Amino acid sequence: MAMLDIDNLHAKIEGEDGKEILKGLSLKVNPGEVHAIMGPNGSGKSTLSYILAGKEDYEVTEGSVTLDGEDLLEMAIDERAAKGVFLAFQYPIEVPGVATMTFLRSALNAQRKKRGEEEISTPDFLRLVKDKAAGLGISQDMLKRGVNVGFSGGEKKRAEILQMAVLEPKIAILDETDSGLDIDALKIVSEGVNALRSPERGMIVITHYQRLLNHIVPDFVHVMHKGRIVRSGGKELALELEANGYAEYQQDAA
Amino acid sequence: MNAEIRPMRTPAEQGLSGELKNLPLTGDARVRALREAAAQAFNDNGLPHRRVEEWKYTDLRTLMREALPISSPAQSAQVEAHARLLIDTGARRLVVANGALVPELSDLADLEPGLSIAPLGTALAAGGDLVARLGTLEPGRYDAALALNTALAADGVVIAVAAGAVIERPVHVAHVFSGKAAASFARNLVVLGEGAGLTYAESFEGPEGVAYQVNSATEFVVADEASLDVVRMQEDGASALHLSTLLFEVGKGVKLNAFGFASGAAVARTSLYARLDGADSAVAFNGAILLKDRQHADSTLFVDHRTTGCESRELFKHVLDDSSRGVFQGKIVVRQPAQKTDGRMMSRALLLGDDAEMDNKPELEIFADDVACGHGATCGAIDDDLLFYLRARGIPLKEAQSLLVQAFVGEAIETVANDELRDALVARAEAWLKARA
Repeated sequence: MAMLDIDNLHAKIEGEDGKEILKGLSLKVNPGEVHAIMGPNGSGKSTLSYILAGKEDYEVTEGSVTLDGEDLLEMAIDERAAKGVFLAFQYPIEVPGVATMTFLRSALNAQRKKRGEEEISTPDFLRLVKDKAAGLGISQDMLKRGVNVGFSGGEKKRAEILQMAVLEPKIAILDETDSGLDIDALKIVSEGVNALRSPERGMIVITHYQRLLNHIVPDFVHVMHKGRIVRSGGKELALELEANGYAEYQQDAA
Repeated sequence: MNAEIRPMRTPAEQGLSGELKNLPLTGDARVRALREAAAQAFNDNGLPHRRVEEWKYTDLRTLMREALPISSPAQSAQVEAHARLLIDTGARRLVVANGALVPELSDLADLEPGLSIAPLGTALAAGGDLVARLGTLEPGRYDAALALNTALAADGVVIAVAAGAVIERPVHVAHVFSGKAAASFARNLVVLGEGAGLTYAESFEGPEGVAYQVNSATEFVVADEASLDVVRMQEDGASALHLSTLLFEVGKGVKLNAFGFASGAAVARTSLYARLDGADSAVAFNGAILLKDRQHADSTLFVDHRTTGCESRELFKHVLDDSSRGVFQGKIVVRQPAQKTDGRMMSRALLLGDDAEMDNKPELEIFADDVACGHGATCGAIDDDLLFYLRARGIPLKEAQSLLVQAFVGEAIETVANDELRDALVARAEAWLKARA
């Protein structure tokens, strides 16, 4: 049994005339695997990430998603996080007035509490964050500021990876983590992600461009188009896409 | 022939007029005349209703059902048990129970040089220059709550800081109500000499479930180059009616920073009048108001820029749960001589309850031509995207809401300079949120 098992997932935007975005998507992710999902704009990549995280603007009409055999779609947003689902946002949100440290600590302790674990002690927490932040070039000053407030695009993405490092999820979904990053920022973020690769952790890396996959080398590459995975392969598939573009798939569909 | 049309007098108005027949005897002829004029003004105008513009959203005529008898002195033991607000802040606490200063519960020993404190009743009886300032700050319009206070308040606190004296330890006037439902009136006078400094805190509290009425008025006379911080905490019982008036007369080069926190009373109205008479002063009036159930709280400000180069800032944050109602009326007047005025007013409301209501009425009247003034108002629910972000990190809904609400009011609370008072306000906001969850 796969750790994350997405089977024939159909989903539409919530509401009467909601447009169907996912049209029978299936994907299995095992511990230790990194799956890249590539595809043209509008193919439903971000929608998939939102549905996995539990955003309420979508309605699943068919299919299932399980995490370690448990029905993920039945769980509340925060419950999914406690079970180990982590979404690194394409556009991390600014939360004025909530310091990054407070935010991280609330999140970590809420997850621990839900799992029936003890809250982390203050010294342990400070040490944990300090260690992880240093590797990502995140200053103490940034940690004291409101979450993402006044951060550059690159800083926001690094902050997302810091959150991931602190929360240690089972399955991480990185939604266009490369967007808006220059090459130096991309390197730092990729190194941060690579440091989190582990035999226990699965990752889904969503990206439009092959560039990111030079740094985060996937085990599998999937091409998504019109709400489904239309082709799967190894890491060489990304290079092929880079050379030929998505035109082939768009023509198929036309 | 013009016939004066007067509405029928309500039972409350009739009751209050009855009380006004027996004005307190304390004070000299001037004070006596002030009381009589205020009583007359009330008898002529009565309680304000929704057709009186300044009370449009707080129809006191309807909200104040009855006039209660004036409270008798409270028992010290009861008061001591009830006075809980701001107790661990290190401030010098003066307890005013049912409108009267209670010396045995008040810290009147070892006053810092330059600081003087006296019960208003005693000060009025003694007379002198200080109490000659009482009642000299006028709102410039009929204000029923203030008129009743002027007529009926027999006691309160008079605080004076001599020129040049900077008092580090905050002075805290703790208004406590105890006993059966009654009306209490307190009048305070705070006078800062040139270059003086003071942090003045006042709090209001009383029993839950007792429909008592509190009417407090405080006059602040702030001389040139003085620095005054005001921190208020209104936590009257959930059935209480709270009326308070703050009047400021501000000299030149003054730094004034006033903050009000409120989550108490069934119906509350705070009117604030600030007259900026001296040039180059910087004043701020901020507030955080957290309401639930059917609570109603009205903050009405009138900032009068009369001379050049002053800066005024207002930031009010309302958090409204259930079917509570918040009202913010902020008026900034910039008179013709008040060139280079810099005024900014902002009111933000977070509606947590489906039936909550916020009424914002900003008003700018500008007669000078070289000024920078602005105002803004927002109302809305907690941002769904923010909530999703917090929840996606594992923070449960209620906790996520609490964090966001805390951040929201935190922006206003952060303007309080004194660490201990600010911490007490933050803790109060947290307790409010915890009670909600």
